[in-house]
Amino acid sequence: MAGPHKGPAAAGPRTVLAYLIRRLIAVIIMVLVVLLATFTVFFMLPKWAGQDIAVLFAGKNSGAEQLEGVREKLGLSDPLLVQFWDFVKGIPMGRDYVNGSDVTHCPAPCFGYSFRTEEPVWTTLKDALPVTGALAAGACVLWLVAGVATGVVSALKRGTVWDRSAMVTALGGVSLPVFFTGMLMMGVFVHNLGWVKIADNLGSDDSLGVWLETLILPWIVLAFLNAAMYARLTRATMLEVLGEDYIRTARAKGLAESAVIRKHALRSAMTPILTVFGLDLGVLMGGAVLTESTFNLPGLGLQAVNAISSKDLPVILGVTLCAALAIALANLVVDLLYAVIDPRVRLG
Amino acid sequence: MTAPLHDTPADADPTEDVAPAAGAGVRKVEGRTLKQIAWNRLKRDKVALAGGVTVLLLVLVAVFAPLVVGLLGHPPDEFHQEELEDLTNLPKGAFGGMSGDFLFGVEPNKGRDIFSRVVYGARISLLVAFLAAVVAVVLGTIFGIVAGYFGGWIDALISRVMDVLLAFPQLLFIISLVSVLPDELLGLRDNGVRIAVLVMVIGFFGWPYVGRIVRGQTLSLREREYVEAARSLGGGQRHILFRELLPNLVAPVTVYATLMIPTNILTEAALSFLGAGVLPPTASWGSMLRDALGTYEHDPMFMVFPGLAIFVAVLAFNLFGDGLRDALDPKGTR
Repeated sequence: MAGPHKGPAAAGPRTVLAYLIRRLIAVIIMVLVVLLATFTVFFMLPKWAGQDIAVLFAGKNSGAEQLEGVREKLGLSDPLLVQFWDFVKGIPMGRDYVNGSDVTHCPAPCFGYSFRTEEPVWTTLKDALPVTGALAAGACVLWLVAGVATGVVSALKRGTVWDRSAMVTALGGVSLPVFFTGMLMMGVFVHNLGWVKIADNLGSDDSLGVWLETLILPWIVLAFLNAAMYARLTRATMLEVLGEDYIRTARAKGLAESAVIRKHALRSAMTPILTVFGLDLGVLMGGAVLTESTFNLPGLGLQAVNAISSKDLPVILGVTLCAALAIALANLVVDLLYAVIDPRVRLG
Repeated sequence: MTAPLHDTPADADPTEDVAPAAGAGVRKVEGRTLKQIAWNRLKRDKVALAGGVTVLLLVLVAVFAPLVVGLLGHPPDEFHQEELEDLTNLPKGAFGGMSGDFLFGVEPNKGRDIFSRVVYGARISLLVAFLAAVVAVVLGTIFGIVAGYFGGWIDALISRVMDVLLAFPQLLFIISLVSVLPDELLGLRDNGVRIAVLVMVIGFFGWPYVGRIVRGQTLSLREREYVEAARSLGGGQRHILFRELLPNLVAPVTVYATLMIPTNILTEAALSFLGAGVLPPTASWGSMLRDALGTYEHDPMFMVFPGLAIFVAVLAFNLFGDGLRDALDPKGTR
């Protein structure tokens, strides 16, 4: 960590723009790779295992002719890469499913049609995205604030009862599965005490109050696991940073202790925390899936789980794509934040 | 660096055998290997020891599950309708039907012995977690060493692959993968397929974490004098990789493997909770919680024991792993 201080980043707006464009291209490539992997697994594995996707679509009791029609219309007989390309192209441009005179136009953004409900996958995604987004964003804020604050206080009051109890709680938090804490919280606060009511459905026409009341427990549950981890991490890095020479220098030149902590120690302790945060976004996605299943929230995760039990491949693919895109974009944001927090990091 | 917390020399490198060449005059200085030093430290760390003992107990319970259940419970798949209320199908008696006969009570609706199912659940949980950690460690070590040692485009390629895997929505991917799997694969059937897939997939998504650490260690180790010496003595690539580098990676990899098991236990439980784990009626902690989710409004006790089992197992491994890390790494202040 103790590299030479190169002074403030001298990146002009043009280098930043170039950096952004380069990173965005990397994000797109990354998402395409994830998509190709998912695509291969879901559309090829059943084939290799002797299952027929057309049967999944049309149902087991369909006649051979009907199945052939489905195969033709969905392009299931085409080579993998052709199918993949058709799928990718459909997202920005829309897509026509053609079987002779039978044409179904799927407007952009086209992710195909659900095998189960025959609705466009995009409709499902559109309704589910805000729920997962709100869940993940709220939990992120809560966990970062709670985790970092606990860690800083623990590091400053090292060895006290506060420190010990915070660290014991943190260790407990790391070791508890979200679905278990979720069920416990729900049991206590929803069913036993009746303090919170969880809505069956969340839509854009529900009031902010309904959203908040429904999401408050999931936020806490999802944040708790990670806050615990971040408290431990913040404590460790803070302890390390507080031992550095420049902290002693800052104190020696008469800086107020609060300024030393905020401007000097915390700022450089944030860099490793951000690194881990970037890596944990995938874990967050997994946590969101579990939280949604536990609380029955109609987000991406629940849609995916439902789709999986009915082998609804297009929905699974759409959700995985959304999740990969979200993770990649969030990682980009994290990288940009680096440059804000750590002057040694230069974009470009 | 902060002040050394340990009474042993703080500048001892964990990756080097701390066996000072005791000169003829200073016989009193006893050469101790890293293993001895670590063991001595671990012995003093009561919390880590408690974790270690719990881990050992869990392993014993899992291995001797039939014996434990034979002594203290009922067969895990046996229905006990007589333990349930007629109308509601909820367990008779308080606390989910806990009694001397049914230590952890019985399941609602089916009346199976929760104790036996928790005990058998330990088998699945630990088996999958251990094997997946092995897969992750083997893959991670190989790719990590190769990336760190050879550098260049090989390193770039492996690092990119690790980045992609770390950004993968794993949980979604795994449950979807399990859903399209056939019942029979490579001569395995049903639960055999499920367990093999769980192990391979959890291990596969775990290797980048090991790989990053091994790569970093290799990068710093390959510039060391002893590697230089081995090279100048005519040691081939194979010799340097396996005889010089690998032994020095054992400590960090061991620590990481131990800390990986609790994560794997949680992942396996999560997958079972989502219905992508072993098939019923085989018991696993995650699938018990899944069953409990449907009935916990009326019978909250059902979820307590499988949940606690996960908690205890994960906590024990975490404590033991943390202790092991502190013991093997004199520099660690964490």
